[in-house]
Amino acid sequence: MNNLTILPVLLPLLTGIILLFVTKSIIIQRILSMLSSIIGIGIAGTLVYNVSAHGIIALAVGSWEAPFGIVIVADMLASLLVLTTTIIVCAVLIYSFYSIGEAREKFYYYAMVQFLLVGINGAFLTGDLFNLFVFFEVMLMASYVLLALGGTKVQLRETIKYLLVNVIASALFVITVAYLYSVTGTLNMADLSRKIAEIGQPGIITVIAVSFLIVFGMKGAIFPLFYWLPGSYAAPPIPVIALFGALLTKVGIYSIFRTYTLLFYHDQGYTHTLLGILGILTIIIGIIGAVGYWDLKKIIIYNIIIAIGVITFGISLMNEQALIGTAFYIMHDMIIKAALFLLIGIMIKLTGTNNLREISGLIRTYPVLGWSFFIAAISLAGIPPFSGFAGKLLILQGAAAESAYLGMAVVLLSSLFVLYSVMKIFINGFWGEEKEYPKKDIPYKKLLFPAVLLVAISISYGLGTEFVYPFISQAAETLLHPDIYLDAVLKE
Amino acid sequence: MKTNDLILQTVTKVAAFVIILFSLSIFLGGHYSPGGGFVGGLMTSSAIILLLLAYDLKTVAGILPVDYKLFIASGLLLSVLTASGSLLFGVPLMTHAFTYVDLPLLGHISLHTAVLFDLGVYLVVVGVTMTIIQTIGESE
Repeated sequence: MNNLTILPVLLPLLTGIILLFVTKSIIIQRILSMLSSIIGIGIAGTLVYNVSAHGIIALAVGSWEAPFGIVIVADMLASLLVLTTTIIVCAVLIYSFYSIGEAREKFYYYAMVQFLLVGINGAFLTGDLFNLFVFFEVMLMASYVLLALGGTKVQLRETIKYLLVNVIASALFVITVAYLYSVTGTLNMADLSRKIAEIGQPGIITVIAVSFLIVFGMKGAIFPLFYWLPGSYAAPPIPVIALFGALLTKVGIYSIFRTYTLLFYHDQGYTHTLLGILGILTIIIGIIGAVGYWDLKKIIIYNIIIAIGVITFGISLMNEQALIGTAFYIMHDMIIKAALFLLIGIMIKLTGTNNLREISGLIRTYPVLGWSFFIAAISLAGIPPFSGFAGKLLILQGAAAESAYLGMAVVLLSSLFVLYSVMKIFINGFWGEEKEYPKKDIPYKKLLFPAVLLVAISISYGLGTEFVYPFISQAAETLLHPDIYLDAVLKE
Repeated sequence: MKTNDLILQTVTKVAAFVIILFSLSIFLGGHYSPGGGFVGGLMTSSAIILLLLAYDLKTVAGILPVDYKLFIASGLLLSVLTASGSLLFGVPLMTHAFTYVDLPLLGHISLHTAVLFDLGVYLVVVGVTMTIIQTIGESE
């Protein structure tokens, strides 16, 4: 029994509620949410340490043991993702202080960020399928508000789109859970895993697995279901995009990761091949978008889609190297996407436009911004000393072990195009003639601080691969051998 | 011609109290019979909505001068604190406790911390419903 497991959910929930009481004072809101996210990082760090020392920690909420009650399960992957999430939210909060604007701050902005964090952390930590649904909804409700908050025309249009897609996806989620419940009679993930293993995944379970792929694919934007993402993510202000781009889609991907390694791993010939094909197609679509656009936001948004494709492809391989690589890559991608969005956010603030053709010569006046962007860009592409390298290398090794050469080629080529798309921003935006921009008073250094912080974390993540590796291989160990998870939750 | 709501308003004065009492009964009986915080809260807000129909936003705001957004916040706080109260006793979150007590008038009854949790739900439901309706009613 360890209540530490639930604290990453409880803390932002409590903070969010307290923030509802103090909407009038922006200063108090800022202090409280900052304080809470720093404590949150501490808690998540302790959680990672404890899981690495003692193995999976399962908490039976309300003292009702699994499979009858709800369990909160902190395995290594979930704890690491919780830690990454809290760090990103902390950085984005600092950025929000100087950019989001008083009107939004007074209208529950910080409370909604906290509720978003509740949903994300809860979705990572839960050990119950319906509970996962509820945390998804908590996260989505908060994201609807964050997307619509401010009420500009484009935000309203995109919120309607986003809402429609997610309501349909959520309804499908409930239907799929209902199917699975009527086949197995349980909702606890560990118990589900055991029951599915007992009946050996007959056809109906494979159908359910594919339905889950559709549901989570809609949330996580994989190939045929990504159409809502580019428009919706371009609408809100930059800190909100950074939160969405770094965190929301990853929750969908994490759910695929969890269900396809814990529940539906008996008929890999069908489900995992499908997953692999969709992953590759997702990469290709992402490449087309990232290369085609001259809009700063759109380029990075399509890079999210590429990363999702790579992660999906990594999951589909289901061998040790590929899973370690995927876990590496998810965390790298969360950090670097948040950093990139914050950096282009500063560029957009400085120049007043997000059309790349109208920007040039920023590096003379803003060298720190330029070089941070450069480092973030080559980390994204996966140049060796930086953070994107280890994950992709391991995924490629995993693919080679499975003889998935087409996928390997696509992943390798995708790195090239990713590099091209972000270097396009660097070369066109930072090099060249200096241009006159309408001088605006923006707190450049204060905005730069969280972005540079994230880039620094990303660099140390890349350089400290040896240090991080044991944690991640422990995470992959659990994913590869569901029995470890089952034993920890069901305690037999 | 000026409309006259005399009958509606007179009936409302009686009906609103009956509805509120019934909603409290449903709320408190939730553990043993159908009901609980959610329906109880909805029914209480339906009583207030009846008042809104018979009178107008200003009058009802005069009768019940409360900020329903604070209802939501305090309801949430109550539920979360009840749930996390178990942290103090070193048991898993949301572990509830109950005891039997003899109260004057009410007799031998059980008191359960789940009621506090439900009270939070009740407050949130009332707060959310009334906030939605007031916001829609006030916007032009």
